[in-house]
Amino acid sequence: MTNTSRFLVIACAAASMLFASGCQYLKQDMANQPKNLPLSPSDFFTDGRSERPILENTVAHGSIADDELFVPKDSNNFPLKVDLLLLQRGEERYRIFCSPCHGLQGDGNGLVVMRGMKHPPTYHQDRLRQAPNGYFYDNITNGFGAMYGYSAQIPPADRWAIIAYLRALQLSRNAIVSDLPAELQQRLSSAGAKKE
Amino acid sequence: MAQIFHRSTNFIARFSVFSTLFLVGVALVAVLAVARSPYMTRQNVTREQPVQFSHKHHVGDDGIDCRYCHTGVETSAVAGIPPTKTCMNCHSVLFNTAAYLEPIRESYRSDKSIEWVKVHRLADFVYFNHSIHVNKGVGCSSCHGQINQMPLVFQANTLLMQWCVECHRNPEQVLRPKDQVFNMDWKAPDNQAEIGAKLREEYKIRTTAELTSCSTCHR
Repeated sequence: MTNTSRFLVIACAAASMLFASGCQYLKQDMANQPKNLPLSPSDFFTDGRSERPILENTVAHGSIADDELFVPKDSNNFPLKVDLLLLQRGEERYRIFCSPCHGLQGDGNGLVVMRGMKHPPTYHQDRLRQAPNGYFYDNITNGFGAMYGYSAQIPPADRWAIIAYLRALQLSRNAIVSDLPAELQQRLSSAGAKKE
Repeated sequence: MAQIFHRSTNFIARFSVFSTLFLVGVALVAVLAVARSPYMTRQNVTREQPVQFSHKHHVGDDGIDCRYCHTGVETSAVAGIPPTKTCMNCHSVLFNTAAYLEPIRESYRSDKSIEWVKVHRLADFVYFNHSIHVNKGVGCSSCHGQINQMPLVFQANTLLMQWCVECHRNPEQVLRPKDQVFNMDWKAPDNQAEIGAKLREEYKIRTTAELTSCSTCHR
């Protein structure tokens, strides 16, 4: 064997050894990349979560503006402009988060209550008609009685949309005819006259 | 000199050449068929979970909206698996001594995550976003099937790229009015083509060329 061919043999052997040792990286499947996806497990943290719990007293970037939405328990402030859009949003959110227990009409006969959950008080009673807005906000945020807080599931603005809708629900069973605009009053009385 | 081979060997030679080609073809088709079969895609295969959570019971029987638990679905890429606390909203009272739910209570007491088994797993190079689909009129059941009828969740579809692209080419066939997106029982009406085209315009859905561009899903 000449020197050159001996060198070639050694080079080939070295290259194939390098290749073999690199195989685990070559085998690395692009479908299973070594990265954390939301809620994927992690070996790095002792609790096994790649998604880290929020440290106490930290404020998420951009959420400081929500301060004005935090109305104290005894205040009747309503921090948002009430319009049809807000009410529609409130209705949708109410159906998602509240109706399982409080029922679609707010009297506490939701499907989950039918299955044995504690019966919540109806919204259609004087105590809750007179309760300030902040009282509802506090209960949605921190929970009340058997109801756990919903701060993790419902963002602050949506809580207010729900409160607006809840007020509309209360009004739906506690309105007097003279509160209606004249046009609607007329329609109501003519409909009544037709029936007779 | 006598002939070494009989005349029939001509036939045998030709036959073996063609049958080899044929067998290679069959093998190729078989490999592709297996790759698309439920054995590989895991379509219609239910997964055991740490607690055998039934969507049929919670969604179908109790009428709980998807978004009660999957709160991220309208605003972020992932719909989100609810924290144990969401289970406890009801199960602190309901079935609160059932052995079946002990892993839930244990997780709540010890603050240790329940390791739910992922059913709809996409490759890591696919950047799927729930919020854009849900906000543009693609309903849950269009991809996930009728979850409200599944005691244990399984993949109703293959999740092959071919399947994604089918819809990206013709989104009209699945587009729904916004108030029907979370309706598990939605069926396409007879005039879906017409409604779909109108909704596509209303939702300002991009052109098919853009929807089927590689970087729409891969980056």
